[in-house]
Amino acid sequence: MTSIAIPSGMPQYDDVPRYDVAAVRADFPILDREINGHPLVYLDSANTSHKPRQVLDVLAEHYARHNANVSRSVHTLGTEATEAYEGARAKIAAFINAPSPDEVVFTKNSTEAINIVAYAFSNASLRPDADPRFRLGPGDEVVISEMEHHSNIVPWQLLCERTGATLRWFPVTDSGRLDESGLEDLVTERTKIVSLVHMSNILGTVNATARITERVRQVGALLLLDCSQSVPHLPMDVVDYDADFIVFTGHKMCGPTGIGVLWGRAELLAAMPPVFGGGSMIETVQMAGSTYAPPPARFEAGTPPIAEAVALGAAVDYLSGIGMKAIQWHEKELTAYALDALATVPGLRIFGPTVPVGRGGTISFALGDVHPHDVGQVLDSLGVQVRVGHHCARPVCTRFGVPATTRASFYLYTTTEEIDALVAGLEQVRKVFG
Amino acid sequence: MQLESLYQEIILDHYKHPHGRGLRDADDPAAHTAEAHHVNPTCGDEVTVRVATDGSVLTDISYDGMGCSISQASASVLHELLSGRGAGEAFVVHEAFVELMSGRGQVTPDEDVLGDGVAFAGVARYPARVKCALLPWMAFKDAAARAGVGVSPEVKA
Repeated sequence: MTSIAIPSGMPQYDDVPRYDVAAVRADFPILDREINGHPLVYLDSANTSHKPRQVLDVLAEHYARHNANVSRSVHTLGTEATEAYEGARAKIAAFINAPSPDEVVFTKNSTEAINIVAYAFSNASLRPDADPRFRLGPGDEVVISEMEHHSNIVPWQLLCERTGATLRWFPVTDSGRLDESGLEDLVTERTKIVSLVHMSNILGTVNATARITERVRQVGALLLLDCSQSVPHLPMDVVDYDADFIVFTGHKMCGPTGIGVLWGRAELLAAMPPVFGGGSMIETVQMAGSTYAPPPARFEAGTPPIAEAVALGAAVDYLSGIGMKAIQWHEKELTAYALDALATVPGLRIFGPTVPVGRGGTISFALGDVHPHDVGQVLDSLGVQVRVGHHCARPVCTRFGVPATTRASFYLYTTTEEIDALVAGLEQVRKVFG
Repeated sequence: MQLESLYQEIILDHYKHPHGRGLRDADDPAAHTAEAHHVNPTCGDEVTVRVATDGSVLTDISYDGMGCSISQASASVLHELLSGRGAGEAFVVHEAFVELMSGRGQVTPDEDVLGDGVAFAGVARYPARVKCALLPWMAFKDAAARAGVGVSPEVKA
């Protein structure tokens, strides 16, 4: 990347927080692996990230030393487990600047978090006394976008099927940005919720949400941001973003699988009917009917993924220790480097923004007519792990007229040498299929 | 992992120069024709296979689709192996191919039965790619059933 002189008095390049990438890599045991006789080059962190020793240790330590069920035991282990679980909730709340830990609902993943909101709408629509903001019927509208992951499409399609509401969506421009030109016609008094991806898992686009938020407030709708790809990679402040709900998942941010988060404004969570019924989510149960616990417990029926939540707390500590601003900048530099490097590969076409502005370190591309499966297979033989396919965002593939793409995605441990290995691997693909 | 065991020359050749590609109408207007469209939901590969039959012989197997080298080469081999064959014979070949692909690399293919299909023996060692190779064969099976030449008794059981 070329640097230009920045006038004095302005923020300088050296002001940007940085960290030692080699030291970070040493924290991730899996990065020592060889794949097919080559050093592992892991460029699939948008799919799932690797886990540092600090997280793996906490996971093992929890089971080895503090294992017990939460929120129901008076014994010492039960108290330790509950404190660890609730402590993780507080850490995650602080990580996204949530006003209160009670606004953090633990879920299985982002998909479950979105489904909880969708089913809360559905359940509220069956109850005449429910909060009108969650009641949905014919004539009401739900707005998403064409660049959503399937997890932010299908739950809303199903909700609209159940309630008779109409699903509408923002289109995507040729350069892979959200097309906001129809905002006023799309988000109207009929809109009950806008559920939008913050960073696209296929295009890498980071959506600017301010205009949409303003419109959502004007019409009195709710706003959910799918932050699965953004919370792991940039500083998130739910107050600053002024969203009503955000969702994200632990395994993409150095945490374990099986743990995700639904964050919601306290008063909205309190207005939402429960979705899953069972233990822990109740206030009192009688055979004739039950009353429900306040959030977040209301949405956490049954024994939760305790160790996973605790380990996600450790992941958040780990990321905060390095600094989300520093991680964001590292990935911005990598993205600029990768966009330049990929531009040198003959026949390569990038889907999504081709400048490192308003985008994250996830780059999808086509290499001539070579099918992504074949690209991925040749790269794998060289140790380079990329994702190929439609990335659970089939409408984006349709939008750009391809059945699938090859996707390279970066994280805090990714190096420019790994991007060089990708580019060299693509030369090999061209040799095999040229 | 040896890339050459997956991308055999025969497979790349069928991929770059597919045989019998393109959906065709039957020459004989009395022929039964039917087709089936199959997709691989994990990668978005698609293939449509059309079977024309006079009731006993598969007079033509035509196909169209988009996908990776393995799925497209597999469709080309399918066309070459089964077009013009009797339905009974065709299903013997079908069964042998499915067995080869399900064998995790442990099945030794019979070249007399499978012809160029033996080149796919290496694919069976790549679990992520077995579906690619089978995609046209599964579509063929459905299309044949719809054309009234159904599955062979062994497969039905």
